Amino acid sequence: MKEIASWALETAKLRGASLAEARIVDERQRSLATKNGKIASASDAESLGVGIRVIADGAFGFAATDDLSRDGVQSCAARAVDIAKSSATVKAHELRMVPEPPHRAEWASPCAVDPFSISVEKNLELLFAIDTELRKNKGVTLAEANMHFRRYEQWFFSSEGSEIHQTVVTTGAGYAALSFEGAAIQKRSYPNSFGGQYQNRGYELIEEMKLLEHAPEIAEQAVALHSAEQCPEGTLDIVLDSAQLSLQIHESIGHPIELDRVLGMEANFAGTSFLTLDKLRTLKYGSEIVNVVADATEAHGPGLGTFAYDDEGVAAQRTPIITNGLFTGYLSSRDTAAAIGAARSGGCLRAESWNRLPIVRMTNVSILPSDKPLTLEELISATDRGILMQTNRSWSIDDKRYNFQFGCEMGWEIVGGKRGRMIKNPSYSGITTEFWNSMDAICSRDEWTLWGTPNCGKGQPQQVMGTGHGAAPARFRKIAVGTAYKGSN
Amino acid sequence: MLDREIAASIFETLRAHTTADEIELLIAGTRSALTRFANNTIHQNVEEENQHISVRVSFGGRTARATTNKHDDESLRRVVQSAEALARVQQEDPDLLPMPTPGEVAQSATAIAPRVSRYFDNTASLTPHDRAAAVAPMVNVAKRHALTSAGIFSSSHSVEGIFNSRGVADWYEQTLAEASITMLGDTSSGWQKANSPDITQLDPARLAKIAAEKAVASKDPIELSPGKYTVILEPSAVLDAVGFMFWDFGGSALLEQRSFLNDRIGTQLFGANINVWDDAYHPLQTGVPFDGEGMKRHRINLIENGMVRAVTYARSSARRMRQSEMAGRVGPIAATGHGFSLPNEIGEAPMNIVFAGADPGQVQSIEQMIDSTERGVLVTRLWYIREVDPYEKILTGMTRDGTFLVEDGKIRGGIRNFRFNESLIPMLQNVEALGEAVRASGEESLDMVVPAMKVRDFNFTETTKF
Repeated sequence: MKEIASWALETAKLRGASLAEARIVDERQRSLATKNGKIASASDAESLGVGIRVIADGAFGFAATDDLSRDGVQSCAARAVDIAKSSATVKAHELRMVPEPPHRAEWASPCAVDPFSISVEKNLELLFAIDTELRKNKGVTLAEANMHFRRYEQWFFSSEGSEIHQTVVTTGAGYAALSFEGAAIQKRSYPNSFGGQYQNRGYELIEEMKLLEHAPEIAEQAVALHSAEQCPEGTLDIVLDSAQLSLQIHESIGHPIELDRVLGMEANFAGTSFLTLDKLRTLKYGSEIVNVVADATEAHGPGLGTFAYDDEGVAAQRTPIITNGLFTGYLSSRDTAAAIGAARSGGCLRAESWNRLPIVRMTNVSILPSDKPLTLEELISATDRGILMQTNRSWSIDDKRYNFQFGCEMGWEIVGGKRGRMIKNPSYSGITTEFWNSMDAICSRDEWTLWGTPNCGKGQPQQVMGTGHGAAPARFRKIAVGTAYKGSN
Repeated sequence: MLDREIAASIFETLRAHTTADEIELLIAGTRSALTRFANNTIHQNVEEENQHISVRVSFGGRTARATTNKHDDESLRRVVQSAEALARVQQEDPDLLPMPTPGEVAQSATAIAPRVSRYFDNTASLTPHDRAAAVAPMVNVAKRHALTSAGIFSSSHSVEGIFNSRGVADWYEQTLAEASITMLGDTSSGWQKANSPDITQLDPARLAKIAAEKAVASKDPIELSPGKYTVILEPSAVLDAVGFMFWDFGGSALLEQRSFLNDRIGTQLFGANINVWDDAYHPLQTGVPFDGEGMKRHRINLIENGMVRAVTYARSSARRMRQSEMAGRVGPIAATGHGFSLPNEIGEAPMNIVFAGADPGQVQSIEQMIDSTERGVLVTRLWYIREVDPYEKILTGMTRDGTFLVEDGKIRGGIRNFRFNESLIPMLQNVEALGEAVRASGEESLDMVVPAMKVRDFNFTETTKF
């Protein structure tokens, strides 16, 4: 791979690049899914190619190819430089990058059991067992179960001297029970919606999730939702389970802190951010118990945002984002850090694969749990009246990340510190900073889970990235609930 | 770049390696480039060359797929072996049909329109400097209006082919150029987007001018109270909302009871002025005219005068529906050439939606819709749309990039963006006026041919801060 990279770097330099990076990726994926007793998906995919990023004439250029012959790579590098020079014809300022020392490193994500070593027969046996268990409940009209494995091997070489080889194994699985009855389709998912739980680990994750054991309860809940109470409209206290809170973090903290968004670089597609530069270290983002970090280091856990070096060779870091409620940090890259006068990149430049330009992405953006013991049941007991909401069903937020609305699969009324009736179609909405400032309790470490969001979309052309979000259940006071059905005919 | 001859040769190599009863190759190649700008500067500029060689094999009722992006002999041998290893361990699926033959493809291809050519050499040969030269005038428009521009100018050349061991072979080639622009002021923004296979049909400077006019006209927005309003939705806004329902227009969705059309086909679900069909051959459409098994796409009337008439089917879902207890109440059942490549989780869906505009003599321009509105909201686009209720098709989302108060037939100025929670069913019952159907593009749904719409009682539930 070093030889392939050298063709790219030397060609780029000869053509006038002041910086060149070659990122070679060899990727393998397996997807298995079942639906109502039959196979819905059974596929293996592999992809190998190189992405070459350069700076020439003070502007970026990027070209990618699957042709790893000498001619193919040299031609690709020449195109990248030509593209950079064309970029320079519409340029308001010179591109600057903060320094990063070159690194030579090898790293692999922790993986006790290689998921590709598990036989497909065993994978399917589990998926079909889940399917059978779900459909024992005659009210379940559609049972869906899935598994997904990925092995991502990347070699990064830069003209500044970095040579970094990383291998990441990702595992994910989950299932859903849908029930159609009358004029409604209800759904329950486990362990999380939209595909399940994902981490940068091996097959040991699937064994830990105890998927089959939860299937009867999930099926029962999907059917029971039809006769549950409709979520009331009004203002109530809410308790969010850790899975829903992880998505709340993703949408209303993770995205607005992306420094490229703040600087206007995503304005045409994903939008901008209300976190203008004057708000750093001045904005009260949340209540005093809100502490959020962006942490790509192994110490944080095997999240989808864990690595050793980002895709421009910057070492993984832990950045305080919200500290005792105060906004304290962005997600940055070498060029965005330079734009705000920061000394170093936050190490958040990531690409979906070899064929995409790396852009600023979340790593693991997590809320820290309480350091005082507090279980979910204790939190419920301490809540006089409210709704516990579990597992996301819909999510939407405006393009500056202020107004949001979330719907969940299931809720539970809380009355006098006790769980009461099941609630269907629960939803809530708010303004980001008002919401986080209303948080007055969060559970402790035993209730904290590092969830994976495998499909965050951003960029043009669009690319998908896995991000991690650690969360424990938390309570929020006086939140608008039932908003999704407000004014429905 | 792949061509049909190279693809056919790759297929022969795959056939030589397989021990399966049947083998199918879905092959695609792309050369694409995108010049991206923000803050009046080209800040990202990319180009990609890639191919997908996707192989499906079948052993009796067992099938699986493997994909690679390499076509050397060793990689082709390995991809066949991967597919075979996966297929052999599947349970037999009694609903899995043998791969189609050319005769079956021809027999089902009734009333298929002639192919249109969607390859344009002038689009395929655009260079980075051509794209930068297209961006420069857009940025200049921004500067003239003291605005900040952000957007893209992209071009691509793609090919797609299907071959199977029973003799089916088909090929498609297309180019596409696209421009999207956002103009930002201190308190407002405007947006426009368009694409075409033919670069000469795109006018990026004109898009920039319209986006700039919207940004200027909507500055210092006022806040309106949430509630039900008459809205004038520009075509991109219509597209991004209605696109959410078409994933339910498939036989598999009905059979699995996850479609909002369950128990509703043949009912007057929408207003009588709503007519929608799927047509891969429409001159304003793009995309491959055959499905994931090589069956040619039919033109199919989905909604006629507000009544849902038919849904799409793959070969297997058509057979399963004929055998099901739903068969008598779901309209015509036949393979329509809309199946996704096997195996898949969705089944089939219409991919080339054409929404009829108003009848001749009743077409209203957006200006005419504004002129006839006592009090309402003009919406440029909708954003971050998600499904709140899958059976009632309640969607939520935001307005964005040019939202205006209309009063007494005139645009009064910009308003703060709204969140909506609205069901597509009453929305499409409440359409008071339609424009001319045009090709439109958004960010949440597939490109469509779709008119602007004036809709009464559109449910805005909250306001945001800008």
